[in-house]
Amino acid sequence: MALPSDGRRPALRVAGVVKRFGATVALDGADLDVAEGEVHALIGENGAGKSTLLSVLAGLLRADAGTLEIAGQPYAPIAPRDAREHGIALIHQELSLFPHLSVAENVVMGREPARHGAFDWAAARRRTLEVLEEFGHPEIDPSTRVDALPIAARQVVEICRAVASRARVVLMDEPTSSLQRPDVERLFRLIRRLAAAGTAVVYISHFLEESREVSERFTVLRDGRTVATGPLAETTNDALITAMVGREVSELYPRRSPAAPSPPLLEMSNLVAPPAVRSASLSVRPGEVLGVFGLMGSGRTETVRALFGLAPAESGTLLLRGQEEAVTGGSPARRIRQGVGYVSEDRKGEGLALSLSVADNVTITRLASCTRMGILDPGRQRRDAEVAAARVGVKASSVLQPVRTLSGGNQQKTALARLLHQDADVLLLDEPTRGVDIGSKAQIYEAIAAIAAAGKAVVFVSSYLPELLGLCDRLAVMSRGRLSAARPVAEWTPESALEAAIAP
Amino acid sequence: MRASFRNAVARLAPVVGLLVVILVFAVGTGAPERYLSTNNLRVVFAQTVIVALGAIGMTVIVVSAGIDLSVGSTIALTGVVAAMLLRAGQAPWIAMAAAVLCGGLVGLLNGLAITRLKVVPFIGTLGMLGIARGAAKWVAGQEAVYPPATWINELAVTVPTPPWLVFAPGVWMSVVLALVMAVVLRRTVFGRRVFALGSSEAAARACGIATDRLKIQIYALAGLFFGLAGVVQMSRLRLGDPTVAAGTELDVIAAVVIGGGSLNGGEGGIVGSMIGALAMAFLRNGTQQMGWPNYVQEIIIGVIIVGAVAADRLRHGGE
Repeated sequence: MALPSDGRRPALRVAGVVKRFGATVALDGADLDVAEGEVHALIGENGAGKSTLLSVLAGLLRADAGTLEIAGQPYAPIAPRDAREHGIALIHQELSLFPHLSVAENVVMGREPARHGAFDWAAARRRTLEVLEEFGHPEIDPSTRVDALPIAARQVVEICRAVASRARVVLMDEPTSSLQRPDVERLFRLIRRLAAAGTAVVYISHFLEESREVSERFTVLRDGRTVATGPLAETTNDALITAMVGREVSELYPRRSPAAPSPPLLEMSNLVAPPAVRSASLSVRPGEVLGVFGLMGSGRTETVRALFGLAPAESGTLLLRGQEEAVTGGSPARRIRQGVGYVSEDRKGEGLALSLSVADNVTITRLASCTRMGILDPGRQRRDAEVAAARVGVKASSVLQPVRTLSGGNQQKTALARLLHQDADVLLLDEPTRGVDIGSKAQIYEAIAAIAAAGKAVVFVSSYLPELLGLCDRLAVMSRGRLSAARPVAEWTPESALEAAIAP
Repeated sequence: MRASFRNAVARLAPVVGLLVVILVFAVGTGAPERYLSTNNLRVVFAQTVIVALGAIGMTVIVVSAGIDLSVGSTIALTGVVAAMLLRAGQAPWIAMAAAVLCGGLVGLLNGLAITRLKVVPFIGTLGMLGIARGAAKWVAGQEAVYPPATWINELAVTVPTPPWLVFAPGVWMSVVLALVMAVVLRRTVFGRRVFALGSSEAAARACGIATDRLKIQIYALAGLFFGLAGVVQMSRLRLGDPTVAAGTELDVIAAVVIGGGSLNGGEGGIVGSMIGALAMAFLRNGTQQMGWPNYVQEIIIGVIIVGAVAADRLRHGGE
C-alpha cells in the first residue's frame, strides 16, 4: 500500500512496532515500508524514536510488539548476528569501528576469511580493496589502523563494511553529522550506487534538504508513531515540520518579549582551548537567550565546557557582571560560586547521578542551603527540590524517586531544575532537549523562556537548528573551533546557518 | 603518521625498559659478568616461568578489556590438585593434564559469572580469588600435600638434567607456548575478535560476534595457562601448598601492562608481556644480588606498575 507504485518488491516492512524502556515509550506503533533499491528518509524530531527503530531492525533491541518482514519473510531478530544474516547493516550515528584494528579487519569483522581458523590476511586485504575501489576510495590502505584515518575516511570504511557483507537493507543513522560538505556529496554518491544495485537504504538526517537530495520517499515518526509517509516530491517542508512537531511550529516555541537593553552579564573574548576551540567570543545580557549552533566536532560543547572550567582554557578574557575573572585555571566549583550553571549534553554520563533521587540531583550544587548546622535536613532538601522541580514540570511520583526510573524528558528537566535551585544567573545549556519527547521539549522551552524573563542570561548550545531559531534572541555559529559573531535570529535562515556551520 | 610513530614507540618501550633494568643492575652489582652469566640467567629464567605462563593467559584477557584477579588462587588450587593426584599414584602427565583442566574450569566459571550473571570482571574474579583459595585449602585438608618425586619436579629447576638443554624444560615450554599464543592472538579469527572485543564491545556485537561466548572462551583459555602455572609452582616447591602464590595476580597483570597491554582493552601482545615478565624477574634478581631488603623490591615494582599505566595513559592522551 505504501510502497512505490512501479512494482518494485518490498525489501523491508515494519508494522506496529512497540518498544518501551521502563516508563518511557520509545516506539508506539511505528510503521515503515521500503522497496528494493529505494532510499527512504526517516524523519522526526530528536526523541521521536528513529534511532530506536533502527536499533530494533539491527537486532540491538527487541521489540515488545509488532511485526517485521525482510523481503516478504517474517523477521524477528534477537541479536545483531540475526540482522547480519538477514542482510541488514546499520551505520551508526557514532561510528562503530574498532579504532585499534586495521581497515581490512574492520571491513571483514564478523565474517572473516579464514583457513583452518587462521585469519586470511591476503583474502581480507583483497576483499577490502575490491570494495574500496568499487566506491572510489582506492587511496585508503587496508592495512592502516583506523585510528590513524580522518573521520570522513572512517565513514567510508563503515559503509564498505555494510557493502562487503552484501547487505540488502542498509540503515544509516545521521551519517552526515560528522562530515564536511564534499564528503556529504561523496556519501550521497555512495548511497545512490548502493540503491542502483538494488539495496534498500533507510536514511535518517536532521536536515530536510539533505533528505530531499538523496531520498525518494519519507516516513515521519512522532513520539514513536508513524504519522505520515509518501513521496518527498509531493510534500512541502512546512507540511513535514508540522507532521514532525504535531502542531504548527509557531505553537512549539513560547512567545518572548525582547530583553531590555543592558550591559552584558557575561562577556567572553577570544577563548582558546586547544584542540577543539580555536577562537570563541560571546556575550549575553540579562533576559537574553543566546544560541550557539554547530555540527558534531565543531567545538560547540568544548567551548561551554572550557567556559565552565570543565576543560582547560589556554587564553581568553572573561567578564562576569563587568568584573574580570580568570578564564584559565577555572574550575566548576569557582564558576558555580560566580553564579554560572551548566547542563551537560551527556545526561547519563555527566549530567545526572542516575542512581540518586531527583531531590539529591536537584540540590547537589547548593546542598549547603539544605543543612542545619552542617547536618542535612531531608525535609528541607525535599521541599526545595519540589519547588525547583515543579518550576520546570518534572513528572515523578515523588522527588525521592531515583532519576534512573524517569523518562528522558523528565531526566533532562531534573538537570534544568538543578540550575534553578542553584539560582544561577548565567545558564550554559548544552543540548538540553536531546533525546526528549515533544511534550517535554515544549516544557523545556517554556522553562528557558521563563528563566530569561526573570532576568537570567542563557547560552543555549544545540545541533538542532529549528529550536535555536525558534527560541533564541541571537545566534552564533561554531565551525571548526571558531565561533562567528552573534546576530539576531531574524537575520539567519536555516540555509545561512548551515552554510556557516560547514564553512571551512 | 603520528599514530604509527606512537605505536612504534609503544612497541619498543618494554624492550627499552628491560634493557634499562639489566643495565642498571649489571652496573649496580659491580659484576656484570656474574649478573649476566649463564648461571644467573638460568636462575632468572626459571623464576620467570610461573609469571610468564600466567601472563600469556592474562594478555588475552587484558586485550579483551577484561581482568582476572583469581590467578594466584588458581595457581594454588591447581598445584594442590596436581600434588594430590601424584600422591594418589597417578601418572605425572595425568596429574599435569588434570591441573591444567582444573585451571580451565576455574576460568570457565569466571567467564560464566561475567556473562551470565553480568558481574563485572573485576568483581567476578575477585570473588573467585576467595573461592579458589578456599577450595585449595579444603581439598588439601588445610596442609601442604607432598607428592612423590617425578619428572614434574624437574620442570623449572635451575640446572636442567640433560645439561645440553641449558635452560629448564619449563623455560622452553613457556617459550613455545608464548610463540603459539602470539600467533593465535595475531593471526587467527579468534585472536582478532579478542582485539575487536577489547577495542569496542558495542561494535563487536553489532558485527555479529557472539561477545558472551567469546568472553567465556577467553577466560577458560587463560585458566588453562594459570593451571599450567600451578603445575610449575608445585614443581618448584616440590609440594602442593594451598597458601602459595598469594598476590601473584599482581605480578602477572604488571607483566602484561609493562609489556604494552592497555587495561582499557584493544592493545597488548604476548611478546611484550613476556618481556614485561622478564623485566620483573631481572628486577627481583638484581635487588636480591644488591642485598636490598625485600620491601625495596616491592616498592620499586609498585612504582613501575603505576609508571607503566601512567605511560599508557599519556600515550592515549590525545584520544
